[in-house]
Amino acid sequence: MRKLKEFIVEKLILICGLASIFFVALIFLFLLKEGFSIFKTVSPFNFLFGKSWYPISEPSQMGILPLILGSLLVTAGAAIISIPIGVGCAIYIAEIAPAKIKEILKAGIELLAAIPSVVLGFIGMVTLVPLVKTVFHLPTGLTALSGSIMLAFMAMPTIVSIAEDALYSVPKTYKEGALALGATRWQMIWRVMLPAASSGLLAAVMLGIGRVIGETMAVMMITGNAAVMPNSIFAPVRTLTATIAAEMGEAVVGSEHYFALFAIGIVLFVISFAINVTADLFLHQRQ
Amino acid sequence: MSKIITKNLNLWYGAFPALKKINSKIEASRITAIIGPSGCGKSTLLRVFNRMNDLIEGVRMDGEVLIDETNILNLRMDLVVLRKKVGMVFQRPNPFPLSIYENIVFGERIHAVDITRDKLDEIVERSLKDVLLWDELKDRLNEPALRLSLEQKQRLCIARLIAVRPDVLLMDEPCSTLDPQSTARIEELMRELKARYTIIIVTHNMQQAARVSDDTGFMLLGELIEFGKTEDIFTKPKDKRTEDYITGRYG
Repeated sequence: MRKLKEFIVEKLILICGLASIFFVALIFLFLLKEGFSIFKTVSPFNFLFGKSWYPISEPSQMGILPLILGSLLVTAGAAIISIPIGVGCAIYIAEIAPAKIKEILKAGIELLAAIPSVVLGFIGMVTLVPLVKTVFHLPTGLTALSGSIMLAFMAMPTIVSIAEDALYSVPKTYKEGALALGATRWQMIWRVMLPAASSGLLAAVMLGIGRVIGETMAVMMITGNAAVMPNSIFAPVRTLTATIAAEMGEAVVGSEHYFALFAIGIVLFVISFAINVTADLFLHQRQ
Repeated sequence: MSKIITKNLNLWYGAFPALKKINSKIEASRITAIIGPSGCGKSTLLRVFNRMNDLIEGVRMDGEVLIDETNILNLRMDLVVLRKKVGMVFQRPNPFPLSIYENIVFGERIHAVDITRDKLDEIVERSLKDVLLWDELKDRLNEPALRLSLEQKQRLCIARLIAVRPDVLLMDEPCSTLDPQSTARIEELMRELKARYTIIIVTHNMQQAARVSDDTGFMLLGELIEFGKTEDIFTKPKDKRTEDYITGRYG
């Protein structure tokens, strides 16, 4: 009787474990099935590198290069802003801050992670967008730059908490060794701790970027949503994610437009999968 | 004038007195061993000399510690200058996760104003020769230091230290993770280095103290019970407690 119970519980847990893999596989297959249909009418090359996205005009044009560039531009901007601040913050928390400030900062970072992205987007819309407009004398503040700044806030908690973890796990003996040789605290951090924690720091950055590239709501609200080839960070752009979110509701099921949106989903899936795998490689290299 | 003089040195961790009225005179070009049971304060005393205890929260010290007649407990003492002059080898070899070459030039990179490749190369060669690693490692300088054996790592740490040209070498149980052969070779190295440096070694291994040191201090519960020539301490200790310890009655 007891054996049977053990057996049942064991199998139940096994099913739970397999379920997540099963669901991912199903989602992926569904994406592939729906997305690949578009390549019957548009070649993959024209789809990825076509410069115009007019999915419902006659004849339709299904080039997602402006969307890819929009995503990359916003992400790159967010990375440039959030990496130095995030890593700096992690260094401060791990090495310099007194215990009390450390606790406050950590709680603050967690709180930042808990703000829903639609709220961040909303705040960005009413505060940041007008600010960007006046500071840079632009016709509109709904630009890639605004999106980057807002998304930097979203990447920061991920970057800070993983980077802090990586720095914290640098052995104390390295620090003592550096200080005993007459290094200042900054020399110790720069020359010993950062190299020692480098793989963890890279993982932190990759996961932060992964968070940004998949973000939808905030970018949709503040990047202007113009599906044109972006010529600068001060221009409105539209990202891959925002395109799917904005157009899926009105696309006719089974139409070319509908399939194209799924194909965009595949592209996104591949990008974030690549980022996560890279981050994982870095994290494992550390052990 | 002795190289290092402590006068009525007291140290507390919070309310706990870890060192009590330590008076000692440590001479240059000799090896001084500090022995005693675990928790007697011998590592704490060693870490006074390069102010590594400052890293611990709640440490207080009073009294005087003169190194070359300068009181290093002075609040205005520049710790970078002090630690450049008074270097430390740790219990566990702790090379940085960098290449062998970069480990050795670490000190030069942080202290020197102008750095030339030739100068760095010269420092690497000289330091590795001093610790008798040059022949073994001269073709492997760009390999990660973490790949070395324990003994090689400890030698590398000594090389890294003497590359900054200190006066005093503090060694905190430098052989405790090494096997007997490696220990013997590190001790041999210490004897070779002693002409040029003041060496202070903390060890829980009495035989090691007897083999390698010229002077010995015995500590117990934060007090320096007895300090003198090693042969005197080991053959005719004046204090009953020293005798009990070296004859193995506790510790």
